[in-house]
Amino acid sequence: MTFKRRFFYILRTFIKYSSLIIITFISVLPTVSTVITALKTKEEYASTNVMTPPGNWLNISNFITAWKDANMGLAFRNTLIILVFVLFGSIMFGSMLAYILSRFKFRGNGFIRNLFLFAALIPGIATQVTVYQIMHALNLINTLHGYIILMMGTDVISIYIFIQFFENIPVSLDESAIIDGCTYYGVFFKILFPLLKPAIITCMILKGVSTYNEYYMSNLYLQNKSLYVTVSTSLYTFTGPYGNQYNYICAGVIITMLPALIIFILCQKQIYNGLTQGAVKE
Amino acid sequence: MGDRDRVPNRLVKWLKSGKGQRCIIMIAFMAVPLLLLVVFTYLPFIKMFEFSFYSMKYLGERHFIGLQNYKDVLTDKEVMNSLLLALYYLIGSFVQLALALYFATMLSFKTKGGNFFKGAIFFPYLISGIAMGFMFRFFYTRGFVLDTVLSWLGFDPESLPYWLRDKGVNNISLVAASVWKYMGQNMVLFIGAIMSVDKELYESASLDGANKWHQFRYIILPSISTIIVLNMILSITGSLSAFEPPYVITGGTRGTSTFFLLMHNMAHRHQKVGKASAMALILFSLIVIVTIAQKLIFKYGFSDRNESISRKTARMLKRQRAKEAK
Repeated sequence: MTFKRRFFYILRTFIKYSSLIIITFISVLPTVSTVITALKTKEEYASTNVMTPPGNWLNISNFITAWKDANMGLAFRNTLIILVFVLFGSIMFGSMLAYILSRFKFRGNGFIRNLFLFAALIPGIATQVTVYQIMHALNLINTLHGYIILMMGTDVISIYIFIQFFENIPVSLDESAIIDGCTYYGVFFKILFPLLKPAIITCMILKGVSTYNEYYMSNLYLQNKSLYVTVSTSLYTFTGPYGNQYNYICAGVIITMLPALIIFILCQKQIYNGLTQGAVKE
Repeated sequence: MGDRDRVPNRLVKWLKSGKGQRCIIMIAFMAVPLLLLVVFTYLPFIKMFEFSFYSMKYLGERHFIGLQNYKDVLTDKEVMNSLLLALYYLIGSFVQLALALYFATMLSFKTKGGNFFKGAIFFPYLISGIAMGFMFRFFYTRGFVLDTVLSWLGFDPESLPYWLRDKGVNNISLVAASVWKYMGQNMVLFIGAIMSVDKELYESASLDGANKWHQFRYIILPSISTIIVLNMILSITGSLSAFEPPYVITGGTRGTSTFFLLMHNMAHRHQKVGKASAMALILFSLIVIVTIAQKLIFKYGFSDRNESISRKTARMLKRQRAKEAK
């Protein structure tokens, strides 16, 4: 009996770790091969197999070329500006709206909630045909602020995270503050907003990741690439003249991935928690 | 004289009252988000509905043609083909859910290096679509990464297909890329759900002699069945609106155009705005149908979830004890 148990234990452990190692290998393989190629010189890339390690692990010349050619300095600056405003805007507006919807009883409350819920069903990219015309009419195409406004307007998840969070804060807290002579603004900004910190972090992570990686709309609405290139659209530089010069392309890809990797390593826990909370809650 | 003063006075008084304050803050806090919602979601949606009845381009004249766009879409061979493609993505997402569930279960028990495995499997989710497109074009190129690794495993490189060109395999390659990106995210969700299961359940179960499989079958699976079913339903809408892998990797060439990508090309390349709008609305109605079905399933299918867990667990423990007694 004990022998049998021990045998199964070893077998189970073996299966567990070998499957984990295989899936991890598959998960990192595309990224690792990209790193290897990014570190190779032009001649090396042409003469060796893609999986052969580079001769010099510290060859960063491709990164410098990619950085310059794809105008990544400007791209990072633009993306940073976009991130700051989009995150600030969607958190402020999201939490303010959630405050009203969860604390004030009025006719139309349920209707407004349903409006947002229903909006989540409309596939975002599908409506770009007509959004484009509206952006055009409002003179918002090829402007950073136009893109920022558009990105702030399409955020349903964070509103729901905030509503859920408000519902776990006792209403008596607001009430006693009001009795003490606090205004509604005071209640929101001085008392409730600081308590929202965990929800704010969640929203910042979810919105931050999606904004940093967004490429479809930034390609559509920020067409003037010499002025309004973002980190993700800077990679489009490599589609035309570079053709198959993957040593430069891979370097560019790695540069855009680095900030995400650093943030991920630093705040793994928050990212996992954020995702779990941001998953559709029914 | 008095009347003129009194009206604004009354207004100011009302504004200072509790009711007035409520009104002001409600308008102040809701105006911007509602305006954005209307301008960038509902207005485009209504306009799209209107456009779907016209033959039109972005600029120039438009002609009312009634339901012709819808008829054209539903009889289009390419559209039918793209709906068939959605099946590939649906199967892919079921494989993805199964893998995610398997690894989530592994990683929620004590594992050496668990955090490393979890991070490595999850990280692809954080890579932008464009970067992923370049990586996989590189990855699947003849003689490059995938071919090299397969040749290490003993495959003859000459006998391997062109992963992105051969019509038999290119869609499978794209689905695999999609699974690669999103599996980790599903896994993290499942781990979150498993972690929220009461720890005492495992302890009492293992005291009563339940093995790992029993723990999975009778404790983990029932308590996360809601999130699994939810994800299964979401993968139906997800596979109908699959867009990213073909858009960034193949551009929809050689029979890899999904419904969403077809719609994108219809609108932006061929400028057939009316037909593209009709496609968008068809897709939208499919999504609404699936969502309603989901609501119904959760309303009638999962109402006594918690009871059934405890009942099943109790039955399982009883059987175990009977065995031990023998």
